[in-house]
Amino acid sequence: MAEGRVVGIDLGTTNSLVAYMQGEAPVVIPGADGSNLVPSVVALDPLPAGGGRPTVTVGNTARKALIETPERVIYSVKRLMGRGLAEIQDELKLFPFRLAEDVEAGEVPRITLGELKFTPPEISAYVLRQLKRNAERFFGEPVTQAVITVPAYFNDAQRQATKDAGRMAGLEVLRLVNEPTAAALAYGLDRAKVGTIAVYDLGGGTFDISILKLRDGIFEVQSTNGDTHLGGDDIDNLLLAIALDEIHAEHGIDLRQHPGAVQAVRKAAIDAKIKLSTEPSASFNIELPNGDRYQREIPRAVFELLIEPILERTAGPCKQAITDAGITPEQIDEVVLVGGSTRIPAVRQLVDDLFHLAARGKKPHTELNPDEVVALGAAVQADILAGASKSTEEMLLLDVTPLSLGIEALGGTVARIIQRNSTIPASATEHFTTGVDGQTNVAIHVVQGERELAADCRSLARFDLKGIPPMSAGLPRIEVRFLIDADGILQVTAREQRSGQAAEIEVKPTYGLTDEQVEGMILDSFDHAEDDFYKRLLIEARNEAETILAAVDRAPQNPAWAMLTGEEQAAIAAARSKLAAVKLGQDPAAIRDATLALDQATRRFAELMMDAAVTTAIRGKTMGAAGEELGEAVTAPHAMARAEFK
Amino acid sequence: MLKVLDTAVPIACWSCSIGHNESTLFCPHCSKIQPPPGADFFQVLGLKRAFQVDLAALEREFHRLSRKVHPDRFARAGEIEREWSLADTALLNDAYRTLKDPLSRTEYLLKLEGAEIGEEHSGQDRKDPSRVPADLLEEVFDLNMQLEEMRMARKMGEDDPQLQASLTGAKKKFDGLLETVDKDLRRLWRVWDDGDASVRPAAQNKMVALLDRRRYLNNLVRDVTETLGA
Repeated sequence: MAEGRVVGIDLGTTNSLVAYMQGEAPVVIPGADGSNLVPSVVALDPLPAGGGRPTVTVGNTARKALIETPERVIYSVKRLMGRGLAEIQDELKLFPFRLAEDVEAGEVPRITLGELKFTPPEISAYVLRQLKRNAERFFGEPVTQAVITVPAYFNDAQRQATKDAGRMAGLEVLRLVNEPTAAALAYGLDRAKVGTIAVYDLGGGTFDISILKLRDGIFEVQSTNGDTHLGGDDIDNLLLAIALDEIHAEHGIDLRQHPGAVQAVRKAAIDAKIKLSTEPSASFNIELPNGDRYQREIPRAVFELLIEPILERTAGPCKQAITDAGITPEQIDEVVLVGGSTRIPAVRQLVDDLFHLAARGKKPHTELNPDEVVALGAAVQADILAGASKSTEEMLLLDVTPLSLGIEALGGTVARIIQRNSTIPASATEHFTTGVDGQTNVAIHVVQGERELAADCRSLARFDLKGIPPMSAGLPRIEVRFLIDADGILQVTAREQRSGQAAEIEVKPTYGLTDEQVEGMILDSFDHAEDDFYKRLLIEARNEAETILAAVDRAPQNPAWAMLTGEEQAAIAAARSKLAAVKLGQDPAAIRDATLALDQATRRFAELMMDAAVTTAIRGKTMGAAGEELGEAVTAPHAMARAEFK
Repeated sequence: MLKVLDTAVPIACWSCSIGHNESTLFCPHCSKIQPPPGADFFQVLGLKRAFQVDLAALEREFHRLSRKVHPDRFARAGEIEREWSLADTALLNDAYRTLKDPLSRTEYLLKLEGAEIGEEHSGQDRKDPSRVPADLLEEVFDLNMQLEEMRMARKMGEDDPQLQASLTGAKKKFDGLLETVDKDLRRLWRVWDDGDASVRPAAQNKMVALLDRRRYLNNLVRDVTETLGA
């Protein structure tokens, strides 16, 4: 079994991150652009002139395409994960995505992106692959195992869809960990605390509340609740709808017909929302297609009034979670805020009210960046699973299932077999029999949810127990074992007890991809993944080598060159020819080593150059010219000294 | 994919093939994790059968065993070990969940001792008049009338302070009755735990009856609370 690194991934509605455990502290791995956050946006580049499959871009580059080619871009796809056709219709009213028309009921919906169609897990897989590449670039070695976070309130289908996405991206998902629990891990790492904490996590598209008990490194979730369709997106969409209505009324333009313009207004709405977290007022100032301007001032008080109904939707789940944990708000020692939306002052006020914080002289924890804390916690969990580190060996996470599991009984009612907030893995054994003489199969409908009627719960799957030996009605005794695993995903096994045969089970997941479908969607086929990785590494190493070689070739023109001893010049020349030779080979590590050697050999030259530049500047050259020289001289030969060469 | 174990003693370790006692989580010879032992929940958590449990000690033992068997400890182990870790942890969690709650623990132990316990099905029991404890018949009848009135009033958007007060009073009374039931249960726990075969059957029968009564009262209180809080 591969014993490489395990990374932690926060696959967010708006942004995604990858982090790892660096010694005793988790750190986020930046992308090639230096940014920690990878926007969860996927864009399809224009079709190549010669035909073939267009390339897919992810992150900031994809986000830039949103205004110019909105029909080739998709974002917030997490809201569509693990959901059926009917449910997606509601989401699509808010987002400019087009459902492929040939999707049949019971199939996983596909979204049209330019000329192609993708399922939500495939879109997520592109984001995951980008994160995987960022990590591989950072480590200089393949990364194949990951922990991925999901909203605590994600149901079975949403979890399975996330796992599928990981597999498509070439990642073995060692564990799905709940986002609020991950945040607790990130906070709890450096404090051996005993106490009860609540994690309030309002992200881009999902809301979770979890209550945990900490004791000697054991993080035991007591209860969790939430809403998988509640978040900053809803605030954006609200502001967007208001602006679009006003523009329609005041300027007579229905922007909803112009997807690009809608995205521009959406961006303005997001900017205004962010500004209102620190400023008393924000404004829209947007140029309309007819040259008019839409200008609108939004004072914070008005904003808070507008979003109150959205924020209020987080109160019910919080109260339920407190009740389910069997405690009162006063018994909660600490509250941790997670998710970008918790920067909104009105959210902090609501949290304060819900948990009676100010009244008890307490403040919520916001020390860790709310955008990064989940990824950091995922890295901690990754380290626990890797099992090789001293800093996490005492830690263990005991999480719960957010929703009750039930089976449809006579009359369409639900018989609950595993209660919500049961610690996972959790299991239940039920016995079934036949109603007709000679009956050889029994159908079981499994649902998830808290409602009394199966029709009001979320349908998970229909199991068909086949191959029951023909007997009189009521005589067969089929034992079915339901087990929710550590990822919160259901496994079912059955056997007929009288004959001792293992009953054959045919599973029809209500939503979701079959194993074969997932196999067919794997982005980089496994056979080529390794090749591709080294190819990419080789290209990167050669690029870096060329940068330093070019800089060294310019060196003799610099006055500082004359200040080197003959030996030093010879050493640089030797390192230069070595790199030039190795660069033609196929070994990225060798190129990297030779690059490092040349970098070392030129170190004194770089120092001399810097001294000379500073002296020149002091002598009264213009600062601009001195700076230019300084910049070029100092940075060029050492362009290599970046993170990946540590 | 899970294998159900029919307990045959002694069994051989799947890894080193040396026979061992079936109630162990780890092979005493090669230390590999073993399939779920054919043990009851008390045995899983190292307790003797008793209604009274030291909850702090129970939690400590649960945490100690969790650290050893949890799937997080086997994330990169082979398939067999991962499978047994999952099954063992499910058993451990089920055991802890059942034993830490006084009522589910009481029901579980009574069942272990062979008692027949009525199953609760989604709060519908109270509508079956035969289940009403005889001493409460009249009050339950009145209460149901009042609850119905209250729901109607709520529907019409009316407020009936007198009805509200009356229901609050009824809730208080039933809460008091629940407390009495719990006190009686705890007393019977002690009788059973400290006694022997001469007193246990009688205590068990009483506990079964008390659990029925408790379930009934609990549903009533929940109904009243829901109606008042609506």
